[in-house]
Amino acid sequence: MKSWNEIPYDIQRVISNTAVAPGAYILKFKKNYPFIAGQVLALGVSKEIEPRYYSIASPENDELISILYTERVEGKLTPMLSLLKPGENIMVSKPFGTFTHVKPSPVFIAAGTGIAPFMSMLLTGKASGVTLIHGAPYPEYFYYSDTLISRLGENYIRCCSRCQPGCLFVGRVTDFVKQWNDLDVNRPYYLCGSAEMVVETRDILISRGVPVSNINSEIYF
Amino acid sequence: MVPLYGKTLDELKSIVTAEGLPSFTASQIADWLYHHHADSIDEMTNLSKKAREMLSAKYTVGLSKPERVSKSADGTKKYLFPVANNRFVEAAYIPDDDRATLCVSSQSGCKMGCLFCMTAKQGFQGNLSAGEILNQLRSIPEFKNVTNIVYMGMGEPLDNLENVLKSLEILTSKWGMGWSTKRITVSTIGLIPAMKQFLEKSNCHLAISLHTPFDDERRMLMPIQNVYPIADVVDELKKYRFSDHHRVSFEYIMFDGLNDTPRHVKELVKLLNGINCRINLIRFHPIPDSPLRTSPDERIIQFRDSLTAKGIFTTIRASRGQDIQAACGLLSTKALQEKR
Repeated sequence: MKSWNEIPYDIQRVISNTAVAPGAYILKFKKNYPFIAGQVLALGVSKEIEPRYYSIASPENDELISILYTERVEGKLTPMLSLLKPGENIMVSKPFGTFTHVKPSPVFIAAGTGIAPFMSMLLTGKASGVTLIHGAPYPEYFYYSDTLISRLGENYIRCCSRCQPGCLFVGRVTDFVKQWNDLDVNRPYYLCGSAEMVVETRDILISRGVPVSNINSEIYF
Repeated sequence: MVPLYGKTLDELKSIVTAEGLPSFTASQIADWLYHHHADSIDEMTNLSKKAREMLSAKYTVGLSKPERVSKSADGTKKYLFPVANNRFVEAAYIPDDDRATLCVSSQSGCKMGCLFCMTAKQGFQGNLSAGEILNQLRSIPEFKNVTNIVYMGMGEPLDNLENVLKSLEILTSKWGMGWSTKRITVSTIGLIPAMKQFLEKSNCHLAISLHTPFDDERRMLMPIQNVYPIADVVDELKKYRFSDHHRVSFEYIMFDGLNDTPRHVKELVKLLNGINCRINLIRFHPIPDSPLRTSPDERIIQFRDSLTAKGIFTTIRASRGQDIQAACGLLSTKALQEKR
C-alpha cells in the first residue's frame, strides 16, 4: 500500500483529460520537474486514496506531462481521475525510476498502457532502430498508432487479441514473440505491462535464446 | 457470511456496535477467537444466547482447513489453502529441533515478476485478507507447535500492507494471540513507501530481498529495481535503528557466476556499511526454464566467510522441503488456478 504520507507531492492543475478510447484517457498537466524518458510519477486526487504510479508518455522537452491511463471500474482512483476537468487539482509526485537506459536497436514490447514509457523515449529521440510490439484487445486501444505508423513503419507491430483476421497480427504479444521469425537474440528487449505479460514474455524470450542480461522489464503494480 | 477470524479488536467493536450489542462483547469475541481458538460462534458461551443468534445470522468464525498437505522427507510440510474467489495459496511448515517455522503467503500470486521465483509465473490473482493470512497458522494441525512465522510465502507482503499489518496486530496484541514481535519476520523486495509505513507501525523483524548490490544485475533479476533501486532502499533503512529485538536482515540467493564473486562481497560491504544487519545466504532452488543455477556449496561457504571477515554476520539458510516444492521461491498454485 502506498500512502501520500510517504510521497512528497505538488498540486497541479489539469490542462486536459481526453478520452482516447472507451475507458482510456490522456491526462495532461504542467511539467514542474525535469524527467528522464521512462520514468514514472505518482498521481492522486486526495490523501485518502492510495496513489498509483504511471509512466510518463510525453517527451522530455514538452512543457506538459502526458499520462495515459485506463479507468478501472472497481478501482478507487481511476474513476475519479476520469472525471477531472481542466482547471481542477491533481496531486503529482516528482518523477522517479530507472527504466531509462536504452541501448541501440531496442525491441520494445508493451501491452495496453505499457506503451507509455516507450512513447516518451521515442518522442524524446532517445531510441533509434526501434522495433515496437504492442498488444491490445481491440484496434481502438492501439494508442498513438498514427504517430507510431509514421515513425516506425513496418517496425511497429500490433498484436490484437480479439480482432478478426486482417492487417493486424491476431493474438497476444506472447503469441507473436513465440513465432517471430525476425527475433534477434542480440538485440536488447524492453518489456512493459502487467506482471503476467512481462513474466510470460520474458520466459519466451529466454526460451528462444535471448540472454537474460538483454531483457529489462517494467511491471505495473 | 462474513468471517470474524482476522478482525482486529476495533473492527469487532464496530461489528458489535452495529448489532446493538454491548461494547465489551468485542473483547469477549476476540478472546474466543484468538485465545480459546473457538471454531464456531456457538462455542462462545459467555455471550448471551441472543447475541450468539444475532451474530450467527450474519457472521461465521470463518476458518478453512487445508485442502491438501505434502510431506517432505526432511519433515517440512506444505499446506494448500483455498481462499476467496476460487483462489489458492500455500504455506510451508518447517520443523527444526526446538523451533518450528511457518512460512505464510500474503497474496495469491504476485505482481513483482522476480526472475528466480515460481510464484511470479502465475501472475497476480489477489490480496489475502488478514483472516486468510492467519488461517494458514490457525488451521494446520501443528498450530500450537509453531514458534516463528515468516511472511515469505506467495506474494509481496508490503504490496498488501493493510492486511499484513492487521494480521500482525492480531498476532502480537494482548487481546490477540500475544506473540512476541521477535518471532515474526516480514519479507519485502523493498517497496519504499510501504516499507516506511511498516517500520513506523510494526516492531516485527524485516527481511529485504537483496540478491545483488549491482544495479544492472538486480534490474535483470527483479524488475522492481527500476522503481525502487536497492541503494534507495538501503538509504531509507539507514534512518532507522535496528537491534536484535527489531532486526533487519538481507536475503541473498546465490546464483552461480552471477552474484557470488569477491566483487560482490566488496560492494555488499560498501552498500550495507552503517546498518546493524545480517545477511542470509540462500541456495537457488531451480524453477522450470530458468537460465539461473545455484552456486556450488563451497563458493557459498567462501562467500559467507568473506562477509563474516568483513564484519557482517552472515548465515547460510538450510534448504528445506525442496522435494515437495516448498523451498524458498518454489511456492505456486498456477496449475490449480488454470484448472479453475
